[in-house]
Amino acid sequence: MAIVIPAGAARVVEHNALVFKRLWRGSMTVSFFTPVFFIASIGLGLGSLVNKSSGGVGGVPYIDFLAPGLLAATTMQTAAFECTYPILGKILWDHIYDAMLATPLMVRDLVIGEMTWVTIRLLMVATIFWVVMAVFGVAHTPESLLAIPTATLSGLAFATPLMAFTATQKNDSAMGSVLRLVIAPLFLFGGAFFPISRLPVLLQWVAWATPLSHGVALSRGLVLGTLAFPEAALHVAVLLIYVVAGVLIALPVLRRRLVK
Amino acid sequence: MGTPDSIPLISARGLGKRFGELVAVDGIDFDVARGEAFGFLGPNGAGKTSTMRMIACVSPVTSGTLRIFGENPAARGAEIRARLGVVPQADTLDLELTVRENLIIFARYFDIPWAQGRRRADELLEFVQLKERAKDKVDDLSGGMKRRLTIARALINEPDLLLLDEPTTGLDPQARHLVWDRLYRLKQRGVTLVLTTHYMDEAEQLCDRLVVMDKAKIVAEGTPRELIEKYSTREVLELRFPVDAQPALDHTLDGIADRVEVLADRVLLYTADGDAAVAAVHSRGLRPETALIRRGTLEDVFLRLTGRSLID
Repeated sequence: MAIVIPAGAARVVEHNALVFKRLWRGSMTVSFFTPVFFIASIGLGLGSLVNKSSGGVGGVPYIDFLAPGLLAATTMQTAAFECTYPILGKILWDHIYDAMLATPLMVRDLVIGEMTWVTIRLLMVATIFWVVMAVFGVAHTPESLLAIPTATLSGLAFATPLMAFTATQKNDSAMGSVLRLVIAPLFLFGGAFFPISRLPVLLQWVAWATPLSHGVALSRGLVLGTLAFPEAALHVAVLLIYVVAGVLIALPVLRRRLVK
Repeated sequence: MGTPDSIPLISARGLGKRFGELVAVDGIDFDVARGEAFGFLGPNGAGKTSTMRMIACVSPVTSGTLRIFGENPAARGAEIRARLGVVPQADTLDLELTVRENLIIFARYFDIPWAQGRRRADELLEFVQLKERAKDKVDDLSGGMKRRLTIARALINEPDLLLLDEPTTGLDPQARHLVWDRLYRLKQRGVTLVLTTHYMDEAEQLCDRLVVMDKAKIVAEGTPRELIEKYSTREVLELRFPVDAQPALDHTLDGIADRVEVLADRVLLYTADGDAAVAAVHSRGLRPETALIRRGTLEDVFLRLTGRSLID
C-alpha cells in the first residue's frame, strides 16, 4: 500500500514528535501496564471462573478470548483521547493551528499530519499490547502480529470521525460526554469482554455499525487463527470506509473553522 | 526569488472583507513598497486586523484585488506565506515546547533543515535578547519576552515582508521600547514592515508612511509628518479647566486658534504659536488650571478626521 504523505503533513508529525519526546517514557509505561493489569485481573482472575463454569468462550480459555478483543478496544481509547482534547487545544486554546497556517502549511496538511501521527501512536500502543499478549502466552503465531496493523486501522476508524467532530466544537463540554457515553460503553459492550451475540438483537446491530466490533473480530480472528478471508476483507472494508469518510468530513469542517 | 523593485510588495485595489452582514473592510486601496515601514492606524474595530489577515494569506479576500509580491493569495497562498513573517495580535506560541524549540519547529514548517533551523534559532534568540531563556518553557516568559519570541519566530524564514498586528498592545512601557528598538533595527536592515497599531506614538516612531483607518475605510494617507501638517497644526495648546467651568466656554475661545476641540476633560486649541495662544487666553480673563503647549501628533490627526479619540 503506497501512502504518499505530503511534506507539510510530515511537518505536523514532526511537531507532535517533538512534543512527545518529553512524554514518551510515561506514555510507554502506561501502554504496557494497563493491558497487564486488565489481562491479569479479568483474563486470568475472572477468566478462571468463566473457564470453570462454561469451559471458556467459543472453545478457547477466557484470557485468549479477552486479550485480542481488548487490543482493539485499547486502540479505540487511545484514538479517542488523541483526537479530542489535544486537537481542540490546538484549535481553541493554544492556537497552534493558527500559527501553522501562517506558514506554507495548509489545512490539508493539518488533517493528514494529525492522522499520520495518530497512526504512529496507535502502532506503538498496539505493538506494546502484542508484547503483553505474548508474555501471557495468548499471542504466539506470526499471524497474530497482523493484529497490530488491524487494531491500528480500527483505532484510526475512530480517530478521523472524531477529529471531524472535534473541529466543530466551540468548547470542551461535549468532549467528556463523547468519551463517557460513546467510547466507554463501546469499550465495555463492543465485543471485547463478551461476544456481541449476547447482546439484545437491536444492540447487536448497533455494535456492528461501529468500527469497534469489526476491529475486535479481526484482532481476535488473527490471534486465535480463526479468521476467514472473505470475512476479514469485509471488516477491513468497513474500517477503511470509516477512515476515509472521517477525513473527507474533517477537511472542510476544519477549513471552515480556521480559514475565515 | 525576489520581486522586481518596480512591483509594490503589496498592492490592494477596492479590497473588501465581509463576515456575513458585517463589513470589516470596505473597499480600500493602498500600496506598500520594498523597504518601507507601513502602518495601519485606527481604533479597535476599524478593520486593521482583517486587512492584515488578508495580507497574511490566512483570510480569503471577499472583494477587490490583492497582490502580494505580485501574486494572488487565492491561487498562491502557500508560496506567498513562505516569504512572510507574521506576528499575530494574540501570541500563538507553543506552550508545551521550550523557547528554542518553538523556533526550531517553526523553521521546519518552512522546510528549513534541522541544523540550519537550530543555527537560525540561536542567532534570533540573540537578536531578541532571549538567549539565556532558550531552554525555558514559554509559559515562564513575561508578556514582553513572549512578544520578542514571536518576532524572532516570524523572522525564522528570513521573510521579505514582516507583518505585525499590534506588536506592543498590552506591554508595559519598558517592554514596548525594547520591541520598538528591535523593529527599528530590522527597518535599518531594509526589512519591509507592515504594522497595525492604535498607538499614535508607535506609528510615529516606526512608520515611514501610514493610512488612518476608521469604520472599515481608509480616511487619510501620508507620512506621519504630512498627516500632522495637513490635519493638525504645528502646536497644540491643551487647557484644563475646573470641572464646572468648562461648559461655559462655547464661544469664548473663538479666534484664538485655527480650531478648537472641546473634549470631556480638556480643551485643545490648534495653533502655529502656542505661547501667543496662552497669552490670548489669559488676556480674555480665562483662568485654566493647567495650560500645556505640545506639538501636533497623529492623535490630533485622528481626532480631526473622525471626531473621536484613538483609544476610548
